[in-house]
Amino acid sequence: MTPELLARLREAQAAKRPVALATRLTDGAQFLLPDDPASDARPDGAPGNGAPAALLAAARAAIDEDAARNVEVEGAAWFIHPHNPPLRLLVVGAVHIAQALVPMALQLGFAVTVIDPRRAFATEERFGRVTMIQEWPDDAMAALSPDSRTAVVTLTHDPKLDDPALDLALRSAAFYIGALGSRRTAEKRRGRLRELGHDDESMARIRGPVGLNIAAVTAPEIALSIIAEIVAVRRGAALGQPKTGPGGAGAAKAEAAGGAAPGRPGGAAGQPADRAGAPA
Amino acid sequence: MSQPGMPDGMTGSVDAEDVLATAAGWRDAGEKVALATVVETWGSSPRPAGSRMAVTAGGRMAGSVSGGCIEGAVAEAAQQTLATGAPQLLDFGISDDRAWEVGLACGGKLKVFLERLG
Repeated sequence: MTPELLARLREAQAAKRPVALATRLTDGAQFLLPDDPASDARPDGAPGNGAPAALLAAARAAIDEDAARNVEVEGAAWFIHPHNPPLRLLVVGAVHIAQALVPMALQLGFAVTVIDPRRAFATEERFGRVTMIQEWPDDAMAALSPDSRTAVVTLTHDPKLDDPALDLALRSAAFYIGALGSRRTAEKRRGRLRELGHDDESMARIRGPVGLNIAAVTAPEIALSIIAEIVAVRRGAALGQPKTGPGGAGAAKAEAAGGAAPGRPGGAAGQPADRAGAPA
Repeated sequence: MSQPGMPDGMTGSVDAEDVLATAAGWRDAGEKVALATVVETWGSSPRPAGSRMAVTAGGRMAGSVSGGCIEGAVAEAAQQTLATGAPQLLDFGISDDRAWEVGLACGGKLKVFLERLG
């Protein structure tokens, strides 16, 4: 790889621009694709940097699927290596569990943002290397605009903070929405979210009680159950299937929500009905 | 500059470790650096395609291309690429005689592309 190409790849990374590195395995020739959005949009569809058009199409597909692939173009074997921006985790509530969750998420490669308007909570001393936003969650979430590569977790227990965040998360394509709170808390929250216009099907996207059922007790254990559930959903594991929640969100409903969820098709259905995650 | 080994900007979905940043840092510090990338796997290879490892002429390594089975052999092969500048496509696997030599105990099979940085 030439230093120039490495620099351009790292520039794209810094700008959070999805790109793919195409390498001809016979001689190491390389292209960064898409290279320049302006030149790539030429009428003939050919990339501006001289790469074969078929390579650009393969690069786009690899970026969309977020998976590397091998293709044959013009008689040569090419390796297409997508470099997507990191998955994002938006944590609402700079609370004790967040302090345990954030380092785990960083270790897993998430770009982490912690949102909490309470200045005593959201300090760098408590969280270190993450983006801290000391604003109300609705303002912060609107600015961050969660997409299909974003997970949202609310941890404050405070409806004034959690509800607006969940409201916005449900209106977004976030691939994971988790809300800390007991079943009773969750049921009350459902009532409030319903008043904001969310129906049962929509609310079935919220994981609550949050996290996989590992009988978590301590803050790090609860954090572990949450991050494990996020990974399970992301990877399409059976464990990541929506649980049957309180208030009659039955199996059929959960299944429907699972089918509509972004990401890969899930594995086996049929979760135990009582899957209390993290107690709270 | 980003800290080596820490997620920064974008690292792909494969790994939290930013091998490219580390490699760029080594190169900026005047070291000769080779990049190894897993380009294809079969069977139970522990690291997916796209996994990267950086190797310097002095023997420093960052990242990985397997569960520790073939890193030594890749680092050794990297010295040749560093010397000549010619990329290599390495095959590792049970059907390969080198499997015993490098000990790919997982029973997987993989291809690793080696290139010089710069």
